[in-house]
Amino acid sequence: MIELSAKGSNGLLAKRYASEKRFRAYGAIALALTTIFLGFLLYDIISKGWPAFFESHSSLEMKIDPDKVAAGDIANGDFAAIIKQSVREQFPDIESRADKKTLASFISQAAGDELRNMVLANPELIGQTVKVDLLLSADADLYYKGLIETDDKLLLDKFSAKLPVTQSISWRFWTNGDSREPELAGLLGAIKGSLFTVGIAIFIGLPLGVFAAIYLEQFARRNRWTDLIEVNINNLAAVPSIIFGLLGLAMFLNFFGLPRSAPLVGGLVLALLVLPTIIIASRAALRAVPPSIKEAALGVGASKQQAVFHHVLPLALPGILTGTILALARAFGETAPLLMIGMVAFIADVPQSPTDAATVLPVQIYLWSDLPELAFKSKTAAAIIVLIGILMLANALAIYMRRKFERRW
Amino acid sequence: MILWSILIILAAAVGAFLFAKSQATTLQTANTGRLASLPGQHGLLAAAVAMLAGLAGVLVSIPFSTSFAWMMPVLGAAAATIAAFFTISRITPKWHARNKFEAIVMGVLIASSIVAILTTVGIFASVVFESVAFFRQVNIFEFLFTTQWSPTGTPPAFGFIPLLTGTLLITFIAIAVATPLGLFAAIFLAEYASPTLRRWMKPVLEMLAGIPTVVLGFFAALTVAPLIKHSGNAIGLDVASESALAAGLVMGMMIVPLISSLSDDIINAVPQSLRDGSYAMGATKSETIKRVVLPAALPGIMSAVMLAISRAIGETMIVVMAAGLAANLTFNPLAAVSTITVQIATLLVGDQEFDSAKTLSAFALGIVLFFITLALNYIAMRIVQRYRQAYD
Repeated sequence: MIELSAKGSNGLLAKRYASEKRFRAYGAIALALTTIFLGFLLYDIISKGWPAFFESHSSLEMKIDPDKVAAGDIANGDFAAIIKQSVREQFPDIESRADKKTLASFISQAAGDELRNMVLANPELIGQTVKVDLLLSADADLYYKGLIETDDKLLLDKFSAKLPVTQSISWRFWTNGDSREPELAGLLGAIKGSLFTVGIAIFIGLPLGVFAAIYLEQFARRNRWTDLIEVNINNLAAVPSIIFGLLGLAMFLNFFGLPRSAPLVGGLVLALLVLPTIIIASRAALRAVPPSIKEAALGVGASKQQAVFHHVLPLALPGILTGTILALARAFGETAPLLMIGMVAFIADVPQSPTDAATVLPVQIYLWSDLPELAFKSKTAAAIIVLIGILMLANALAIYMRRKFERRW
Repeated sequence: MILWSILIILAAAVGAFLFAKSQATTLQTANTGRLASLPGQHGLLAAAVAMLAGLAGVLVSIPFSTSFAWMMPVLGAAAATIAAFFTISRITPKWHARNKFEAIVMGVLIASSIVAILTTVGIFASVVFESVAFFRQVNIFEFLFTTQWSPTGTPPAFGFIPLLTGTLLITFIAIAVATPLGLFAAIFLAEYASPTLRRWMKPVLEMLAGIPTVVLGFFAALTVAPLIKHSGNAIGLDVASESALAAGLVMGMMIVPLISSLSDDIINAVPQSLRDGSYAMGATKSETIKRVVLPAALPGIMSAVMLAISRAIGETMIVVMAAGLAANLTFNPLAAVSTITVQIATLLVGDQEFDSAKTLSAFALGIVLFFITLALNYIAMRIVQRYRQAYD
């Protein structure tokens, strides 16, 4: 009798099934590893960056000493000294010079500036006792968040026992430009720089890309010339982004003499960088519109251009815009070419126009990640959260548009 | 000023459109006959001419823009207005405005598609010009065949071999990670996964693909590299804190989505009838995949790997942040190496002197990088063309 079971055939079938299972497991493991990597990456960034969205404050009643602030010359008043002195008075038992110095270092420089602004706005405060909000410096802030151990532990504990430390959302992170002081460094400059840069990239790249796509897809005859253009576009899509940086440096900065570090040049470079992507996406969208629509328009007497611009293009527009949003998301996260054209300098001022020196969000991340202060590591991760948040919003918008406007013919 | 110029030209164009349209309408009613083109088309022509002339005006003013900033909007506006009035003065019943307008539009379309070629020419010109200046100072054989790279040293040395090996080492690690992971992920998604799992896994891969490389670089430098260093030290290995392994691993993970999405498309393009034939012979699913699907998909997968290699070689931020600056000639993945892109980036950040070999060497490296990636893309394209199976 022939036995058909796995055992009967010398275990061969069992081996084959085992190998089948193993093969399948490899695939599952590959997917699992990729997912775990992404999860670990996001967890790592978010856990590192989340605390940087908050800052530590304390507050103290203090007298605005008329000796230190002249009523006629408030701007030059020594507000830092007032704060320093009032804080010291709270801790009469701290006597050594070093400890006093350390104590003063817990308070951020910004506290004095804020007090000055308060008095400038209301000069009658001179001589009065007011409650002053004290922003803590980055190291003290990290300690109270439980992120670092430090030698100043005793002093810091003493400080918070006397002057309660509270945490609040750090609006400075959103409204300040870059700064050397971690607790004051903010993203507004970088975000505005990014908006200018990507805005210029879209302003130039979108029309160029769409026009090129329309020409290649709807009007161009197939000949050597259009073949050349097509090979070119496919090649450009694969050229490393840093090469576009070299182009920007040699052409736009050295040859045309455009300003360094300016979003204008950054936008030009990124426009050329995303151009192939926009062209390829737009061509796909144009190709998806059935030829019958164009032929119908031609049939009732429209010119070729009227058929394309009045009928084909509007139907392809959602697809074009979806592709453009994805291309812009890529431009938004691009760093390397912008390093080449000098958008990598320390710029504390928030840019007001596309020709001001500026930096962009990804470059800011690069800059901060390079700084030695521990507080900037946290800031870097927080900036990454902002960047990824913006990119995810852009992607969600693209997916939404695809779902809403996608038509199957 | 540029913004103002653009706004003024746009305003001029709108004005030209409205004026030309009203002129043509008047002409139409006065003649009580037919115009060769509709009033709106006369308007469009006037607007297009005004815009082009305005742009030309702005371009002419660019050389003076540093000393006479006001010239840009003024010249633009003047050129736009004159051109618009000239066009409007030519409106007659027999004037074929639409044909002229469409000719202009066609010119703009063609010009746009030529920008792609100009970009390539621009890239080529910029790297070649500066490289020529570099090779005037440094012997090309020294650059290609010596093994010392220290552009800031005294005397500086420009042998790019250690950079090439460093780039290849990191690329090799990245591809060794990405190819199996990406390929198996693609096979699993295409052949085994339920539609639900597919629906969930696709966004995960897309998200990984969308993460900016500066983020991956931060992760590689601050999390992965210390992790590798500590675990290496724990088992008694000497690991550099900027090991090639850390940069390579993270770069590999970056490339996984590229390989998996390209392979997924290719595997799905293999016709079902081939699989069915294999099943009919009694093959299991994995045997079918290994002996039928993959051989059929091989050229496509090869070209995907080529593109991945080109991507890894050109990747900058991960290696700038996680790999070293010192160009060591080694194949030890635990040592620190430098890459072509790292050197380009660090040489051109900060002070640039376009007469020193140090700055110019970045462009020589750029030309090498440009041609390596170009060659890889070309090979990838040829593989697909040569071995593409036509199924129907």
